[in-house]
Amino acid sequence: MPSLAPTLSSPSAGAPPAASGVRRRTRTAYLLLIPGLLWLGIFFVIPLVSLFFTSLQAPTDKAGVYQPALQVSNYLVALQEYWPQFIRSFVYAGIATVLALVIAYPLAYFIAFRAGKWKALMLVLVVAPFFASFLLRTYAWRTILSDEGAITTFFNALHLLPQGRILNTPIAVVLGLTYNFLPFMILPLFAALDKIDPRLIEASKDLYAKPSTAFRKVIWPLSLPGVVAGTLLTFIPAAGDYINATLLGAPGDRMVGNAIQTNFLQFRDYPTASALSFILMAIILTLVFVYIRRAGTEDLV
Amino acid sequence: MTKRPLSPEAAAIVRMTRAQMSRRRLLQAAGITGVAAAAAACGAGAGGGDSGGSASASASGSSAPSPSAAQDLSDTEKIVNWANWPLYIDVNDETGAYPTLEAFKEATGITVNYTEDINDNNEFFAKVRAQLESGQTIDRDIAVLTDWMAALWIQSGFAAPLDKANIPNSANLEPSYLGVSFDPDRNYTLPWFSGFGAFGWNKAQLQETLGTDTLTSLDQFWDPKLAGRITVLSEMRDTMGIIMASQGADPSNFTDDQFQAAIAELQAQIDSGQIRQVAGNDYVAALETGDVIAVIGWSGDMFQLGEDYGVGLPDTGGMLWTDNMLIPSVATHKKNAEAVMNYYYDPKVAAEVAAYVQYVSPVKGAKEAMEQIDPALVSNQWIFPDEATLGNSYVFMTLTPEQDVAYQREFQKAIGM
Repeated sequence: MPSLAPTLSSPSAGAPPAASGVRRRTRTAYLLLIPGLLWLGIFFVIPLVSLFFTSLQAPTDKAGVYQPALQVSNYLVALQEYWPQFIRSFVYAGIATVLALVIAYPLAYFIAFRAGKWKALMLVLVVAPFFASFLLRTYAWRTILSDEGAITTFFNALHLLPQGRILNTPIAVVLGLTYNFLPFMILPLFAALDKIDPRLIEASKDLYAKPSTAFRKVIWPLSLPGVVAGTLLTFIPAAGDYINATLLGAPGDRMVGNAIQTNFLQFRDYPTASALSFILMAIILTLVFVYIRRAGTEDLV
Repeated sequence: MTKRPLSPEAAAIVRMTRAQMSRRRLLQAAGITGVAAAAAACGAGAGGGDSGGSASASASGSSAPSPSAAQDLSDTEKIVNWANWPLYIDVNDETGAYPTLEAFKEATGITVNYTEDINDNNEFFAKVRAQLESGQTIDRDIAVLTDWMAALWIQSGFAAPLDKANIPNSANLEPSYLGVSFDPDRNYTLPWFSGFGAFGWNKAQLQETLGTDTLTSLDQFWDPKLAGRITVLSEMRDTMGIIMASQGADPSNFTDDQFQAAIAELQAQIDSGQIRQVAGNDYVAALETGDVIAVIGWSGDMFQLGEDYGVGLPDTGGMLWTDNMLIPSVATHKKNAEAVMNYYYDPKVAAEVAAYVQYVSPVKGAKEAMEQIDPALVSNQWIFPDEATLGNSYVFMTLTPEQDVAYQREFQKAIGM
């Protein structure tokens, strides 16, 4: 696929530069990297290391006070107690990601190929919800899905709702997750689709490909980087989210984000909360690694 | 006053939507002064300590380690920083100003930096704990904390002893507030307001489903006809207290087994889908949309909902909680903070605030002062409860921090956290 992309190499890349020039440029590059590295160090590495050591602390006989230790069992205890929340998180986030993909793909496709002069406006509309607070938007769903609301009444008339309501059920949580992270799916998909040269699609048609074949053999493979980026950008935050489960779920719908929050703020059990965070991070990293390997697009993400 | 621990942003949103609501209510509630509003939003909860407290001797104030007092800059800096719960003081709805605080500034020349930055006892504690432990300033000279959290501060040495000479009005404290286990002589704390954990319901909808417009017992509350249409508070002390009382246990003095029995009942009602949600403050919104018919909620909240909604203690007993003003040991304007406390213990000022927030005032003489402000409120059981109301409410047992964590775990597990 890289061969399809226009060559964007800088003009200077053609001529072999003098050795001293390389050195100077390397030094400049490192200098320019310093702010970024500092940022990463202060706001990512140090908190992460501190969080890791917190996750190994052992309780003292005073509630809420912990001492440095190497208590690896914290991880086992956390997993043992909260495995349902982990499973729920990944199932909800997984469904939401698939839903978002199904909704976002046609939309991104339309914006990329068919929107014409409306392209910019439609992109703005996709991003527009970001101008309102994430929480406010989630609160709005409580009204939309309310028992007396049109949506619930409609589905109830068809006897499609096992609990007779949508709000405070897993359905509402998944819908909320899908909605909140949808733009993260649309934008990378659009970016990938927009890059596709329409002539390639025309060529496939010239070669007597049916529309479905053209999609399967040309469009879908070319949009795959967008699909991978979009699914990751949707799945990762959705798996760690707790706002949707808090506002739209019932007591039985809590996700792992809720467990972490409860441990940090209610129980003041910092080691367990930290251990949960690390387990979540590890699982997500593993999933992402396997996924990218499978999708075969490690050079494109 | 523990609410579900929302993130600060979430809390801000709740506060915002609630503030708008209270203004709307203000317009509706023609004739009623003070409009419930406000305080409700801070949605109190949580009892602890108070008169009924027994349990832990270790929780007594006398055992508190002596706090390392910070330097008092009161004489050079005429300011005091006050951290309180959202909508827990009188507000001029048009200008957003705090009338009593302005009057205080006029009288004393002290500027009060009033911030509504306590949304949850645990959350606030988590925020300032590191500074308190290392003796650094937390930039707050008064914090308003619910009994059990105030107890924790005193035990940990994070509260400065009050100099009663600077607070002559503290003599106006209702005697029933003395003798609490964590601070029997009120050397560290002065109550700000009290309120009830009680039933709240939509009268019309309740009539429709149960055929009555008053909710009096937990049996009615657990009626399958209300399945999926009720919520309970995420504040353990209110929800568990009410359930324990209905089972014949004394929420101010219970055993582990009694707590377990109540947890089992809660768990069963959650598993069966009877309880729709375990909610913090936002249960009010669910009541308003009609999704929820009845709740275990906070008394002040019901006022702003208006006449279509009922409020009442379960006949087996409701919960009474108290929020206290205390001065952090690291406070740098202690004398000014004491001046603030003194000011709000003037019965006239106390009545003025009570008329607005509609919670129980701990100040003796506030009732008489209320005659001048709004005679209709004098007979309001939720501001000036009589013996019968008080007799039917419990103060949750004082727990040691260890007990608190253990019970919280049981509770949070039952509610799926």
